[in-house]
Amino acid sequence: MRDIRLLTQMFIPGTLIGPFTQANPGLGGVCTFVGEVRYDAKEQGGVEALELTHYEPLTLPGMHELADRAFERFTLMGLLMVHRVGQMRPGEPIVCVSAAALHRRDAIDAVDFCMDHLKSAAWFWKRERRAGEWHWIEPRAQDAVDLARWQT
Amino acid sequence: MSVVTVVLLGKLADLGGAPELSLAGPLDWAGLKAALPPALAEAIDDPRNRVALNGVLIADKAGLNAADGDEIALLPPVSGG
Repeated sequence: MRDIRLLTQMFIPGTLIGPFTQANPGLGGVCTFVGEVRYDAKEQGGVEALELTHYEPLTLPGMHELADRAFERFTLMGLLMVHRVGQMRPGEPIVCVSAAALHRRDAIDAVDFCMDHLKSAAWFWKRERRAGEWHWIEPRAQDAVDLARWQT
Repeated sequence: MSVVTVVLLGKLADLGGAPELSLAGPLDWAGLKAALPPALAEAIDDPRNRVALNGVLIADKAGLNAADGDEIALLPPVSGG
């Protein structure tokens, strides 16, 4: 079972994960990661909102290619990959990746693999509003390190 | 008149003053740069900023050739975690 989506509205991860698990009968394990918009401390400027923009012709096709690679690399029964776009408030879910497999290592590693690539190589541009002003989020050195883990 | 749509992503939209521009076509790379605000024209030469034509990344920006109805997307590096 493969479910790859971009969502423009707030979602509740539990409503996706339940049906996804049900759709993969006979699984040995399911691993789920949910990312939420961080608040950050007031001293660091406190995040009021996060906005994600995407480019339709590249972003969703890119997520499908990533899913293809996950299926090639790991022995999976199912993969759920859902990403928000638009404006979000701290505490709102931004991403949910869930993998179902016969064995736990495939499920856990597939989620880790997808998250590292979604965070640093998928076609999303993010900006944060702090004290009423928008700031673009730049690529970080750690992103390249995270990606390099999978280049063997 | 032929029209080329230019979609600006991320901070390039700030430099362009709007997320989308309609420019008179046809446009090659020099023509595109001449039609953009100077700060944006300078930024898009940066090799980290990629270009897509009709939704497909192009390897050689300088060889860009956009005709009537085409869509150019200017894509800065994606944000990290």
